[in-house]
Amino acid sequence: MNSERSWYLLFGCWLLALVSTLGSLFFSEVMGFIPCVLCWYQRIAMYPLVLILLASLFPLDKKVFRYAMPFAGIGLFISIYHNLLHYGVVPESASPCVQGVPCSTVYINWFGFITIPVLSFISFSLIVFLLMMFKKEIHEE
Amino acid sequence: MKNKKNLVLGVALALGAMFIGGAIAYKFMEGKSLNIIADNSPERLVREYSPRTGPTDPKVVLVEFLDPECESCRAFSPFVKDILNKYKDEVQLVVRYATYHRNSAFAVKILEASREQGKFWEVLDLLFKYQPNWGNHRNPKPELIWYYLPEAGVDVEKVRAKFNDPEYDKRVEQDMKDAEFLQIRGTPSFFINGKPLNEFGKQQLLQAIQNEL
Repeated sequence: MNSERSWYLLFGCWLLALVSTLGSLFFSEVMGFIPCVLCWYQRIAMYPLVLILLASLFPLDKKVFRYAMPFAGIGLFISIYHNLLHYGVVPESASPCVQGVPCSTVYINWFGFITIPVLSFISFSLIVFLLMMFKKEIHEE
Repeated sequence: MKNKKNLVLGVALALGAMFIGGAIAYKFMEGKSLNIIADNSPERLVREYSPRTGPTDPKVVLVEFLDPECESCRAFSPFVKDILNKYKDEVQLVVRYATYHRNSAFAVKILEASREQGKFWEVLDLLFKYQPNWGNHRNPKPELIWYYLPEAGVDVEKVRAKFNDPEYDKRVEQDMKDAEFLQIRGTPSFFINGKPLNEFGKQQLLQAIQNEL
């Protein structure tokens, strides 16, 4: 029976989304880092996942891929762009940040490579990956 | 099913508790470490070149990191003036620059050049007064400052001549470095006798000053 495994895959996605949401709120509300425009777009993709995925856990909703994947996919796409900008692959002038905090601002840098956009990228990729595995499980049933 | 619900609930509660606990711990540590920073490196708070006003031997040194292009600094400025008037024998104000906006450094250089004519405070007021015109973030027109400048009684030609003095760039840069060192993330930011004003607000500022008197 695969539904047990599927449930834990979704649970993993939800956990990632929850940790990312609380983490980003900690950065902005507690540590006082002002989110840049691209961070906001990624937040828009991440925050709803917490509620969508939670609702899909009880009872297990096999259709959740259809609702969750667009958020995770768009978030992943924006985070890739943000990282390219962060590491100077895409020039800052091509970014949508006209005012406020430039999207290339580096707030944290743990172990020399973990920045906020990297954390976002890791989280979105893992969610996308787990959702894909979930879909595969469902199909095989 | 029941176990799974407990798992989800437990995880949510644990993470929520971590968030709140972390927030309380962080705020506590932040306040402590800032006090230590300010105590150990007084030069980060007040540089020799920093403009100041008030008594030379003050009871309270109020350091304000400000940005001429910042709306909150503009809104706060009359209140700071009230404090200086009220405690004119006790409080000395030291101005530091936090040039966070696009034309802040431009305005600061004009300010520094005007200072050589003894018109620093007049020009600071002027910059705040016309800020909505020259410092509109959607449509900034910093060159308008030249046009307003005579109103403060400065010799505009002399200001223009001094404007590109590399010393001003150094000051802007040094102030930004100190602001970063002191973990300043917004303007205006205040330090009262070296202690950061942790909770922003007029009443909080007044209270912090009165505590030192």
